[in-house]
Amino acid sequence: MSVEINVTGEVVTAYLSGEIDHHTAKAIRENIDSAVDLNMPTLLVLDFKDVSFMDSSGIGLVMGRYRNLAKSGAELHITGASEQIHKMLKLAGIEKLAKIEGR
Amino acid sequence: MKVTNKFSMALLAKSSNESFARACVSAFATQLDPTLEEISDIKTAVSEAVTNCIVHAYRSGMGNIYITSELLEPNIIRIKIRDKGCGIENVEKAMEPLYTTVGGERAGLGFAVMQSFMDRISVRSAPGKGTTVTMYKKISRRFGGNA
Ligand SMILES: Nc1ncnc2c1ncn2[C@@H]1O[C@H](COP(=O)(O)OP(=O)(O)O)[C@@H](O)[C@H]1O
Ligand SMILES: [Mg+2]
Repeated sequence: MSVEINVTGEVVTAYLSGEIDHHTAKAIRENIDSAVDLNMPTLLVLDFKDVSFMDSSGIGLVMGRYRNLAKSGAELHITGASEQIHKMLKLAGIEKLAKIEGR
Repeated sequence: MKVTNKFSMALLAKSSNESFARACVSAFATQLDPTLEEISDIKTAVSEAVTNCIVHAYRSGMGNIYITSELLEPNIIRIKIRDKGCGIENVEKAMEPLYTTVGGERAGLGFAVMQSFMDRISVRSAPGKGTTVTMYKKISRRFGGNA
């Protein structure tokens, strides 16, 4: 599992790769949150293109980031979700919290 | 339903075993020639049940997770995931979507995922004794062959 961060203006993009479960979620969360704290973006993009597996721990991760961003009025977008990850996002109703791109 | 194959294992309730556990069950399931989507559904459901043993059942200590998987005729996989942890007071309530007893970043969707990604799930639990989650999934026969 790894997270790569890209900062362009007021947009922070986190490129996630590998498997997201309860075991890996903590490190991913810490990576994303430190980039957000440092850069104060108006938009956070989570890129799932290289995520090969995700269970509901990933949903907890997305919801948690949404709650943090909402405090400063920043937005959350999700991109690159596979069919399977999309199925999970849909079950959780994430489209009400974040724009899901490329669908 | 006739059992045509079976495997069992016990593993420590460590979070580093989550990916190992789901990989084992999904590798066993490949004998039924599942689609990629079916494999992914099984992996996800197993991950949810195993994570619950680690996060909830054994929250105040360490213990074993027992996994048994059977192939049943016609083309059904049964997966049993058992712990000897704290048990669940109210199973019906625990299974409600978004219900979680742990703060932080649990989504409360583990049971909802197991229910929606598998065909059938039953939960037996006794407070102080432990919990058994049994899940079934029928695998589509893509080539009409026998497992
Ligand atoms: N194996 C288990 N042992 C004890 N309690 C459990 C177990 N599995 C689930 N639970 C209880 O059921 C609740 C809901 O589980 P779940 O739907 O997976 O959501 P989450 O894991 O995000 O809390 C948990 O918060 C916990 O209280
Ligand atoms: Mg859970």
